[in-house]
Amino acid sequence: MQSRRQKRLFAVLLVIGLLTGAVAAMLYALQQNIDLFYTPSQLVEGLGKDKIKPQPGQRLRIGGMVVPGSVQRDPDSLKVSFDLVDTGPVVTVTFEGILPDLFREGQGIVAQGTLVDQTTIAATEVLAKHDEEYMPPEVAEALKGIRHVPPSQLQQKNSDAKPAEGRY
Amino acid sequence: MIVEAGQLALTFAFALSVLLAIVPLYGSFVANQRLLLLAKPLALGQFVFCLLAMLALIYAFRSSDFTVINVAQNSSSTLPWYYQITASFGSHEGSMLLWVLMLAGWTALVAQYSKALPLLLQGRILAILGIILAGFIAFSLFMSNPFERSLPFYPVEGRDLNPLLQDFGMILHPPTLYMGYVGFAVAFAFAIAALMSGRFDSIWARWVRPWALAAWLFLTLGIMLGSWWAYNELGWGGWWFWDPVENASFMPWLAGTALIHSLAVTEKRGTFKSWTVLLALAAFALSLVGAFLVRSGVLVSVHSFATDPGRGMYLLVFLLLVVGGSLLLYGRRMHSVRSQARYQLFSREMLLWGNNIFLLTACLIVFLGTLFPLFHKELGLGSISIGEPFFNQMFYYLTIPFALMLGLAPWVRWKQQQLAPLIKPFSLLALAALTLALGVMASMQTVQANLALMGLLLGAWVGISALAEVTLRIRQFGSVGKGITKLNASHYGMTLAHIGFAVLVVGVAMTKTYTVERDVRMQAGDTAHVAGYDFTLVEVYELNGANFGGQAAELDVRKDGRYLTHLHAEKRFYRIQRTIMTESAVHARLSRDLYVSLGEELPGNAWAMRIQVKPFVRWIWLGGLLMSFGALLALADKRYRRKTSGQPTEPANA
Repeated sequence: MQSRRQKRLFAVLLVIGLLTGAVAAMLYALQQNIDLFYTPSQLVEGLGKDKIKPQPGQRLRIGGMVVPGSVQRDPDSLKVSFDLVDTGPVVTVTFEGILPDLFREGQGIVAQGTLVDQTTIAATEVLAKHDEEYMPPEVAEALKGIRHVPPSQLQQKNSDAKPAEGRY
Repeated sequence: MIVEAGQLALTFAFALSVLLAIVPLYGSFVANQRLLLLAKPLALGQFVFCLLAMLALIYAFRSSDFTVINVAQNSSSTLPWYYQITASFGSHEGSMLLWVLMLAGWTALVAQYSKALPLLLQGRILAILGIILAGFIAFSLFMSNPFERSLPFYPVEGRDLNPLLQDFGMILHPPTLYMGYVGFAVAFAFAIAALMSGRFDSIWARWVRPWALAAWLFLTLGIMLGSWWAYNELGWGGWWFWDPVENASFMPWLAGTALIHSLAVTEKRGTFKSWTVLLALAAFALSLVGAFLVRSGVLVSVHSFATDPGRGMYLLVFLLLVVGGSLLLYGRRMHSVRSQARYQLFSREMLLWGNNIFLLTACLIVFLGTLFPLFHKELGLGSISIGEPFFNQMFYYLTIPFALMLGLAPWVRWKQQQLAPLIKPFSLLALAALTLALGVMASMQTVQANLALMGLLLGAWVGISALAEVTLRIRQFGSVGKGITKLNASHYGMTLAHIGFAVLVVGVAMTKTYTVERDVRMQAGDTAHVAGYDFTLVEVYELNGANFGGQAAELDVRKDGRYLTHLHAEKRFYRIQRTIMTESAVHARLSRDLYVSLGEELPGNAWAMRIQVKPFVRWIWLGGLLMSFGALLALADKRYRRKTSGQPTEPANA
């Protein structure tokens, strides 16, 4: 028979052990699954104060505006490539698959993929939000220095896309 | 006029909820019976006014009253009538009103079905619900008024409902999910009321259990419907994306699951008391965290509403007050509560405790994974995203010990269990699970190891163990016929819910492993071969719907040359919102789904098509349904109605 105290001790140790294990495993898994976000100019010039540039082979996310006229499709497959830009340098994204419904030239998108060379990314996923006026918040922030703009106000400003007759 | 009446009704509801928050609580401290008796009429009254407010809003949507900003931005005159009704909770403002109505509904139900409770407790529970209600109604009234007008300048046509929300799933998903979310407020109120009076015993647990079960039922159903909706509407063929808002609903579910298990221990054995109370607080607090994440705009996801920082701030302060206040009370009162019952290391108590630990670890993982990018960004370390692999990996490791314990726990006795008598049945069970899993494995055309095998093993283990256990219990009554009727409804409920979990695990593992996904370029007449099926594109033609245009693709599916089915996939362009939507075509069978979505138009009269064959994907939702039915069965248990005139069976959808 175990005493109540022994049982308590065992329980507490078990909890601590499980928690440590869980947190360690979690941190390990987190480390492998964090994808830093870059804009095209951050990718070329480096990120943050230390100007850290990503290494080829690194997984990352990139967000920018699709350069009009840059979308090139392979005639026989679903391979596609396009250029992204924010404030300066241009970065090329290659992708094979179906682009999202709202992928348009001149519109903001986010791509997830691996860096092939300094200005080329092989994307595994391309994201565009289901909203014509949408710009990824990170892109908006980098481009215009705006943060947390309520979409309701954005919509008020660009209401020309809406039926014009009765509005205001 | 009706709209103003709605506004007025909501104001009355606010006044009544403030009274409900104050009067019975004051009455409970001065021991004034008359004040305590006021709780019930107040609770019922505020529900009636909330209902009137919601009806007024629905009326505004049905009559396309575009002077109301909410209607103008989320509806249009060309919208089908059923979507006009659901549009009333498609926006932030409207969904907040629905949230309030649900909470009011739960409060009214508690008022109606708590006659058996001591008056003092009854008054306090309702008063705490009144405080929460007052907080939310005030939010709805002052921060996000659904009845606001834009007079004198108003649009002649509305901006239409977000096409994503124009789906059958949207009619069901938000109400059920909200019922679940706010349902935990009842368990929360019971916990706080008990903390005030310091009375925790198995009777208290028996009172809370049906309410917690009902909330859990709705939350399970709501999450499952949401997953099914995303599968049909988003066009990617995924069923869970670890999106921040999905996570926001998953966290209270995990805490709620822990709560209903912990409540079982508290009711049967009178122990785990402080733990149960903490879980009741946590489940509701996490619901509030979810509301904050979705409505404050701090996280970006497909679900988040158009929001402004003021609203986020209000919710954050409300959240901190509720959590802080309840934790303070918990800290002051809980030390006096002692659990009397003793139990050994190998006992059902310990296994259920393990269940709680794993569920809460899962909850912690989801919490960190969801909020880590936010902290990372606010600390100035740059924007990051945490991908699906993180969550998948963590849940893979968590599920294995969790499912192993789940198969074991119902067999183990309370208090203490000798190992020896269990060895024989468990070797047999393990053998049966192994045979079944390997059998299913062998029947698949390709053998892929690890995840699928692990899923099948665990699923078979949990499923067989649950079935064998319930058979054993039935036999214990002597004859099978007698046993079937004698066994508690809640025991059947537990078995069914556990089988549901097994089905879910099998579904997840098989879908993850065996899904074949191919993006192809197709012209009319082309055939794509995917996982043994031949998909032939017959034609693509123009669509013309009520409020949308676009294209539709017709496909024939053959297997081994034999005609199997016809698929119809659409790509819709909603004219008013100028949004493109993919309506995927699904041919569903229990063993597999055929899933086709129409992509973009390519040069040369060709189309991009996404074709997927997804084995066992239905099992995921079937598992969720079984779990919900399990909860429903458990709710029907006679003992929740014993001595009490009317404990809730199934709360009506308010």
